[in-house]
Amino acid sequence: MSNTDIDIQIDVDDPTAPEEDSPAITSNRAVDVAVSLLLLALSVLLGYDNWRTGAAWDATGPEPGYFPFYLSVILGAASLYGLIAAFLSRKEARETFVTRAQARRVMAVFVPTLLFCIAMQYLGLYVASFFLIAGFMRLVGKIAWWKSLLTAFIFSAAMFVTFDLVFDVIMPKGPLEAAFGY
Amino acid sequence: MEAFGLLLHGFAVLLTWKTLLLMMVGLVLGVFVGVLPGLGGPNGVAILLPLTFTMDPTSAIVMLSCIYWGALFGGAITSILFNIPGEAWSVATTFDGYPMAQQGRAAEALTAAFTSSFIGSLVAVLLITFLAPWISSFALRFGPPEFFAVYLLTFCSFVGLGREDKHKTVISMSLGLLLAGIGMDTVSGQLRMTFGSTDLLRGINFLVAVIGLFGISEILLTMEERLALHGHAASISLRTVLSVWKDLPKYWMTLLRSSVIGCWLGITPGGAIAASFMGYNLAKRFAKDQESFGKGRIEGVFAPETAAHASGTSALLPMLALGIPGSGTAAILLGGLMVWGLNPGPLLFVEHKDFVWGLIASMYLGNVVGLVLVLTTVPIFASILRVPFAAVAPMIVVSCAIGAYAIQNAMFDVWLMLGFGVVGYVFKKIKIPLAPFTLALVLGSRAEDAFRQSMIISGGDMKVFWSNGLVGTITTLAILLLFWPVIDRVVGGLRLRNSAAKVEA
Repeated sequence: MSNTDIDIQIDVDDPTAPEEDSPAITSNRAVDVAVSLLLLALSVLLGYDNWRTGAAWDATGPEPGYFPFYLSVILGAASLYGLIAAFLSRKEARETFVTRAQARRVMAVFVPTLLFCIAMQYLGLYVASFFLIAGFMRLVGKIAWWKSLLTAFIFSAAMFVTFDLVFDVIMPKGPLEAAFGY
Repeated sequence: MEAFGLLLHGFAVLLTWKTLLLMMVGLVLGVFVGVLPGLGGPNGVAILLPLTFTMDPTSAIVMLSCIYWGALFGGAITSILFNIPGEAWSVATTFDGYPMAQQGRAAEALTAAFTSSFIGSLVAVLLITFLAPWISSFALRFGPPEFFAVYLLTFCSFVGLGREDKHKTVISMSLGLLLAGIGMDTVSGQLRMTFGSTDLLRGINFLVAVIGLFGISEILLTMEERLALHGHAASISLRTVLSVWKDLPKYWMTLLRSSVIGCWLGITPGGAIAASFMGYNLAKRFAKDQESFGKGRIEGVFAPETAAHASGTSALLPMLALGIPGSGTAAILLGGLMVWGLNPGPLLFVEHKDFVWGLIASMYLGNVVGLVLVLTTVPIFASILRVPFAAVAPMIVVSCAIGAYAIQNAMFDVWLMLGFGVVGYVFKKIKIPLAPFTLALVLGSRAEDAFRQSMIISGGDMKVFWSNGLVGTITTLAILLLFWPVIDRVVGGLRLRNSAAKVEA
């Protein structure tokens, strides 16, 4: 039966994969505690703001801050519970949140993304995306320069045609597009 | 039979070259999204949503829902060929699908997966066709208290029935509801939680949050793993397809069971992921030789795929009939409806007949076309995986940024998306579920409006939520579901004590 089916071999390697034995940076428990504290702070802040707006009942029913005020209370209580649960837990403590090699890889995406968002404001979206794709493919993926540049150019150009020309979805533009009169 | 006539009308709306073309584009994009790691149904739909802003609502929803069907089909390809589930709901498909591929039966396994997906969706679409109009006409009588009760029921069932830690679900949900309240208060016109920022005036856009939470965070998570893969892509011959289809009637019980589980979990917020595992486990439990599961049994592919698709499709039922999404992707489609100025809920069936029935007809047509498409083009889609992730990742980032910016033409939204990306990454790692957050964010202001309108009607009396049989039943049910784990434990404890007492006696 399967001898009539065509078989295609597919192999993809990952040259910059994180090592398996990389040391842990932080545990799930530490992050759990940190997130609970942040959420607790947020709930206090939002709770206070809604209290100021007015969280009581007046003649026409609840004031604007009523609903969100009590939600902040619920959020605060749940975070507090989470905080205590994280302190008491033993199982979670052993789980690794992220290893050093993993963190390096996550940063390898996050930092370029951040730079891309900054660049987007000055260069426009399409030029910024050209730099992001070409740079990322070359520096993180270790893909040949010509392939990276070509892919980045084709993708950015295709996006420009699809969104700006065909679908009329207007993106931020920079000096390059201005030079071409768009 | 009224539904049948309306459905035919829906097909008539649909059968234009433009719509059919959009359908194909949607399906291809969807399979693409389903196959690629780091993208999935919800974020695929969210990222591609801006493409549809300039279309008319019917074409737009047809294309978006086809992306969704495509993603459901696509998840199975990588699970079977490479043992890498493209989607969380295809994890159970790897248990028997991958062993089958290793035994040289990849084509058979893929055919089984696609066929059962098709059957699952078909059952769910039939359910939608006949049940949705009925539910929506029933819901037309709902006033604000009834709607609030239904929202409450949705939220409570998430907390009570979810598998995650309860406090984490509560955190996720209350945070979503809070963020939904940011900006101008719709009832009094007062500003809330804006802290003097003009960008926050407009509130936090649901779609921006979704693109960050699912798109950006998924890339961060995917990068943590080793992304190498090795395997074979098989094309499917007509003979294989026919031989699998010939055996289908033998497995009717598995297919039926999984369809029912899927539909049930899709309507209630259980989701496709839970459905696929439950379908698999039940098929295994009812099988005569349980040992052979996990070693390449075709039922092990039929069961989870049918359930996942039935659930993914039926999740659209409450969205259409009540305006309450049954899954994350349904929530995004709901967000889309609002962008096009359609108000999801029972009135949709009255005011926008063309739209609703066009969508339902597209579910039938999309699934048939999707089945043919994936059966014939598996090798092409499998070879997409040859494209290194280092090229795919920045393209996804760019697509996310375009999506986030296009919604309100605001740079602030791009930063918000990035922020939500980090939040999503951390939340997923410490197991705070994102689905309740998404749901709360999209339903938050509607739930609050319903609550405050009820309060205005009743003059601030909470008894309005028990003022008649209908609203009272829903509210009570909601509270019961909220405390379900406690009730379950108490009842279980009592039963245990009873049986212990009997043994002693």
